[in-house]
This record gives sequence, C-alpha cells and structure tokens, in this order.
Amino acid sequence: MESFERYRPIIDDFEAFLAACERPLGNAVRVNTIKASVERTTTALEEDGVAYDQADWNPRVLRLETNSPGSTWTSFHGFTHGQEEVSAVPPVVLDPQPGDRVWDCCAAPGGKATQLAALMDDRGTVVANDSNLGRISALRFNAERLGATSLAVTNDDARNYSLQRFLFDEFDRALVDAPCSCEGTIRKNPDALDNWSPDHINSVAGIQKGILRRALQATREGGTVVYSTCTFAPEENEAVVQHALETEDCRVVDFDLGLEYAPGLAEWDGETFDSSIEQAARIYPHHNDTGGFFVAKLEVTA
Amino acid sequence: MGDDTTDERADDAERELEQNVGQRFGRLPETAADRTVEGRASREEVLEFFADRFAVPRETFDDYTFWEKGAGKLWIYRGEASTPLEIEAIGMTCLRTRQEHWKPTTDFVQRFGHHASECVIDLEREQARRFAAGEDQELAWEGDWGYLIAAHTVAGEREPLGVGLYVHGELRSMVPKGRQRDL
Repeated sequence: MESFERYRPIIDDFEAFLAACERPLGNAVRVNTIKASVERTTTALEEDGVAYDQADWNPRVLRLETNSPGSTWTSFHGFTHGQEEVSAVPPVVLDPQPGDRVWDCCAAPGGKATQLAALMDDRGTVVANDSNLGRISALRFNAERLGATSLAVTNDDARNYSLQRFLFDEFDRALVDAPCSCEGTIRKNPDALDNWSPDHINSVAGIQKGILRRALQATREGGTVVYSTCTFAPEENEAVVQHALETEDCRVVDFDLGLEYAPGLAEWDGETFDSSIEQAARIYPHHNDTGGFFVAKLEVTA
Repeated sequence: MGDDTTDERADDAERELEQNVGQRFGRLPETAADRTVEGRASREEVLEFFADRFAVPRETFDDYTFWEKGAGKLWIYRGEASTPLEIEAIGMTCLRTRQEHWKPTTDFVQRFGHHASECVIDLEREQARRFAAGEDQELAWEGDWGYLIAAHTVAGEREPLGVGLYVHGELRSMVPKGRQRDL
C-alpha cells in the first residue's frame, strides 16, 4: 500500500485509514424493492436464521452475518443483491423519480442500474450501457434475476454515445460510475493496487473526462449527473469534475448523505480546484467501515 | 394510427409477411390481424395465454410491452423504445413461443407469478429446496399437466420459485443451471 503514502497529507487519521484498508470487508446486500419490501426481506432472513444489521443511512442496505450471502432464499428470489455498502451511494445521490429517463453510462454488472430501477418503482426508462461486451452478460443476468423491467441494455462507448435509437433525445439524469484505478476496493480485492501507476491513472482519467462530458451533453437542462469512482486518486475525481466545469454547462451541487465523509479537495499536486467541488464526498474506509468512494453531484445549466 | 395503417391492414391478407430477424427486437403486434412478421405471437395471444393457463388478470400487463428477439423468445418491457430496435436487451425474457407448449421463464415467474391463481403448485420447504437445486421429484398434483408455477411460502406469503414441468406424477424443475442454488 505504498502508493497510498501520497494521500497522507489529505486524509485525516491516516493510520486509521491504513488499518481499515488492511481489514477484509463484510458481506453487504441491497434489498431489491422491485421484488420485496425491506420488512418482508428481513422477515425472510430471520426465518432462515441469517443475522443482519441494517445500515443507519439506508434501510435498504443490510450487512449479513453469513459467509455465503448468495445461498439464501432471499438471494434466490432476488429480494437481495450482493453489493458493497458504498456502491449503493451514487444511485441514492442521483435520486431518480418514477417515469424518469435515466442513463447509467458504465452499468455492468448492474448493481447500480437495478438500484436506479428500484428507486423509480421500476417505472420509466433506465438505459444501462457498458462498453465491455463480456460484462454485459453479467448485467443482463442480474437485471433478470432482480426483475427490472424498465431497463434497456446497450453495448457502446459512452464517450460518443448516440441516442438515435431511442424515442427521446435527452435524459433527465445520468450516472457516471466511471471505470477507475479502484484503490477503494482494496479491502475486497487485496491485489487492487498491483497495476497501480501514475500512467495508468492518467490514461483512465482521460476516459473519465470523456464519459462525464458526454453524460452532461446528453442530459437536459436542469437535469442531474452524478459522477462517482471507487478510488481516492484526485486525478480521477476532483480533476475530472474540474474539467467538466471548464468545458460543459454545469455546476456542482450539494446533497445530503447520512454517512461520514470528507469534503472534495480544494487543491492537489499544484492544481487548484473550483471551491464548489468541496461539496463532493470522499468516503474513506475508516469513516464507516466500508470500501472507499468518491461522489459528486452536478446540475446541467444549459 | 393514420389512414395509411388502415390501408395496410386491408392489404394484409394478400401481403407477404416479413421473416423474423433474430438479431433485433420487434414489438409484438396487438392482434394476429396486425401481424407483419411471420409466426410472431401477438400481444393478445400472450395476454390470453397468461389468463387461460395461470389466471393472471390481463390488466397486469397494461403498462408493459412485449417484444420478440431470436426465434420465439419474448421479452417484457416497461420503458420507452421504438420498433425495430437493435440493442442488447430490453426488460426481461418472459416467454418462449413458436413451439407447441409455450414456456414462461424462471425470472418472469419470479417477478410476475404472484398474479397467478391457477396452475400454481405449492411446495413444502424441503420440496422447494430440491426444486431450487434443479432436481426432479415425484409429487401428487390434481390439476393440468404441463408447465406449472412452483411456489412456497416466504415470510407468510406465497412466493413463486420458477417454472416446473409436471408429467406422469413428477415435477421437473426448469430452473436454469445458472439460477440453481443449494439452499
């Protein structure tokens, strides 16, 4: 975890951060309200003798005390979906409404896309796109198991995505849960840093900028775009949002989240960011005993 | 629908029907008379099938559209889309047609099976366990043979498990391998 040393100046209680990164992550599931209510799901878990702990910030997120969360009746019926606790954050921040047209730019394997559909009561259109054909089958499998009927699945590069095939020409909301260097998944994948390099971060940041710009262009005026990654690297977070502010008509907006987090950075490595980016959330593993995440909420202004 | 459509319908009997294109989604016609693709089931026939076989009220599907991709594979969708459409998926697979006995999918039955009140076989927990594991089992059943919805009780309510084929005193689990679980 030497590559994390560069974050020592920006992370409070850095030793606690490192210690949390060393601890393996527990099993979290999201209740899929397309199939069953939270109450029915927890009753079903109790019937099966599976102990659970409900997340304070989101009653639909449960931490299970079992080594095989996929071998429960709630999983078989699609009442629950194995999903890291912080992965449930971006759809909640995007806050889609029933009937909305929503674009999930990088959707595979579908945990967040199906969560968006559930938040919309499975009414509206969720376009779940992914550029990786190999991962589309996992996305489709999860969408069907969870019974998301409002999902349309496409396989394209989000950076030059065309809406021509649809009956509408802009989205109400978009989620850019971007491909990233995945530093924040270290508790789940101990080898997450094996391919870490400044070059890799710079190349993935270029892709992230392209996807976020396209998402902002494809969203209507007044619409919302959420940008998220599971990494700590400011080059992939604040710098990408900064680039969007400079090139597209948008602004960063505030949001409520019942989790502990640090604000977006004001500067990094000699670069100064727009002060509005402080409204973004940096969720570190030692804050809530989860994985790491970055979330920013933007509004399209023209 | 304009006058053009009406004229087209009048010509329908003489017109050559198009062949199904397996790689794209085509929306089901309302009725057999509106059919433009050979062998394609109509929405009416699908609603009739679910109502006849499983007593699923027709209005259950008021907000949904049905689509065909591949030969006889039907999808149910609640979002917006134009037809025909080349895309990876819309909604979920729901029914296999273009064969003598139409067969609902496991995932569709888990999503919509609670609307059914006929051809539903209630299983005890141990029987449900075997069904979910993909095992066949001998069971008594007084109703029709063929495809049934297998269900058990979860948290005090009937919950569909998937599709079973009932023949000769045996319930065969149709749960696909990737969905089977040892519970």
